[in-house]
Amino acid sequence: MENFQSVTGCAIPLMEANVDTDVIIPIQRLVGTGRKGLGEHAFERRRYLPDGSENPDFIPNQAPYRESPILLAAENFGCGSSREGAVWALMGMGVRCVIAPSFGDIFFSNCFQNGLLPVKLPIEVIRRIAEETQASPGNARTTVDLERQVVITPSGEAIPFTVDQRKREAMLHGLDDIALTLKHAEAIEAWKAKDRAARGWAWESVA
Amino acid sequence: MPKTMFDKIWDRHVIADLGEGWSLLYLDRILVHDLSGGRAMAELAEAGRRVAEPRKVFATPDHAVSSAPGRTAASYPKGERLINSLRERCAAEGVRMFDLNKPGNGIVHVIAPELGIVLPGLTLACGDSHTCTNGGVGAMAFGIGASELGHALATQTLPQRRPGTFRIRFEGERPAGVTAKDMILAAIGRFSAAAGTGMAMEYAGSAVRALSMEERLTLCNLSIEMGAKVGMVAPDDVTFEYLAGREYAPKGAAWEAALRDWRELPSDPGATFTRDEVIHMRDIAPQITWGTSPEQVAAVTSHVPDPREAPNDGKRAAWEAALDYMGLQPGQKLEGTKVDWVFIGSCTNSRLSDLRAAAEVIKGRKKAEHVTAWVVPGSETVKAEAEAEGLHIRFREAGFEWREPGCALCVAANGESVPEGARCVSTSNRNFVGRQGTGARTHLASPAMAAAAALAGAIVDVRSF
Ligand code: SF4
Repeated sequence: MENFQSVTGCAIPLMEANVDTDVIIPIQRLVGTGRKGLGEHAFERRRYLPDGSENPDFIPNQAPYRESPILLAAENFGCGSSREGAVWALMGMGVRCVIAPSFGDIFFSNCFQNGLLPVKLPIEVIRRIAEETQASPGNARTTVDLERQVVITPSGEAIPFTVDQRKREAMLHGLDDIALTLKHAEAIEAWKAKDRAARGWAWESVA
Repeated sequence: MPKTMFDKIWDRHVIADLGEGWSLLYLDRILVHDLSGGRAMAELAEAGRRVAEPRKVFATPDHAVSSAPGRTAASYPKGERLINSLRERCAAEGVRMFDLNKPGNGIVHVIAPELGIVLPGLTLACGDSHTCTNGGVGAMAFGIGASELGHALATQTLPQRRPGTFRIRFEGERPAGVTAKDMILAAIGRFSAAAGTGMAMEYAGSAVRALSMEERLTLCNLSIEMGAKVGMVAPDDVTFEYLAGREYAPKGAAWEAALRDWRELPSDPGATFTRDEVIHMRDIAPQITWGTSPEQVAAVTSHVPDPREAPNDGKRAAWEAALDYMGLQPGQKLEGTKVDWVFIGSCTNSRLSDLRAAAEVIKGRKKAEHVTAWVVPGSETVKAEAEAEGLHIRFREAGFEWREPGCALCVAANGESVPEGARCVSTSNRNFVGRQGTGARTHLASPAMAAAAALAGAIVDVRSF
């Protein structure tokens, strides 16, 4: 996965609650498209008009926000389907960090698997960042620094955030989860031997 | 210390403590489907890895398959490529696959309990958010993304952070016309689509104890629509009776040993939950959604809400956008709203009892002329059992289409969709914008309510029908 240290940009104020993964990437796009190439389809039902041209009212299409690495959202961002394509699509449109008060649980995990940083901050703080950005979209810059675990708002306020240390390490260094787990190979084998003896029924019926 | 059922299952599966609440957990079963299964296994192979325990992995094509009568894999060419890759990878890895039109095939969360693949006390992961359905048998089942699926297949484990627990007790007698679907929709409406985010739900109380196994699966299916990771019902004699003799359930002495383990699973008296709520059954009427989130739901007898009365600005904006998309007016009566399509199916409501309930409503009547109505059984087994009872004939005589098993109109990933602007009463679980097709307007409801809507050609209260 791509590693992540820090990003800076004009944060996209998509301040909506319950943005589901069906909206982020329609399922049809996942039948036949791999991890790459989804960027142009991110939010496509909202990003484009029926004639295929860009919808100027959709905030991420507006000049200062294009290609920004930071997306602001309200509660429960990425709820719904487990499709990891939602993360691939966001990354394909240039987003590397989503700041929201809460996230869909599976989406949240998927982010860490790919180097997209989900940051949880209180809604009032996110609204403030959105307001500061909208007051002067051309100049407002937000920074998200994972090394220091801090968000710097356009007005220069430093807001700390927390992230699980094992996730932070993996992201900072782009570590491979499977390789990390295989370091526990002995413990896994020992657990299996013990469980097979204690819970034979869970093993035999599918053997 | 008294433990919850969730605690007991979690603790038993911890291989290593990874700190900060994270554990490396053992997975007893993994399910894969066409949309992500072939690719996940191919990516493993490319990385020089193998499926760790292929006998504990089960595959079925369901998402990107046509449900047209007489379909083959080729009926939806884009999906055929996915099926072929799943076939190839399963064969190479020694993973059991229930291939299209073969016994055992069907929607992944319908076949897992039906075949006894999922059992009480097991951990199960699948690259699909509605994996929580399987918790109806008292298992800890959860959905994961594609990368985590690769990890699961390669190691038969997953690092997971221990979630909080949330119990909802449904108490009292079930009112007429109220189904498991209405119970869970009412709970989501009351507590919100994010109330259970990342949590492990346990559904309990007298009304849950009284539910059949299939109804418990429906109840757990919508846990993810509250944001929850896991949904569970404690196993009891209803569960054991359902599972006995199923293909991959233990037999003989192993069954007896399993039963002893399973009887220990229910939450201990006095166990505490992060959140604990009670819903009285007398407060639940048949439900129908009016918006584009499952929390935007109401009793069928009520009206479309007015965004001006929303509790906050965020909700007001969401309600306005939902009404605009759904083509509904504030204050409009839900009953009588004209319906164009009806879909009876999906991992929520496509089991035999769901189809029986829908057929029961028909009573020899015919669907409204202008309605297109589909019935899509959840699996080959459901289809065969329904046909043995003649349900397919009753549906056909009423003008409904009787189709082949699969996700079909639940997801529009298979060339099947509700036309733009059309209004569909659906027994599935998501009314998201575009879920059933671009511009499709989805109203979630129970199978009986959906059947009644097909007959009336409009949203109607099944109790007065
Ligand atoms: S029926 Fe719908 S919700 Fe269930 S697995 Fe298929 S697509 Fe997902």
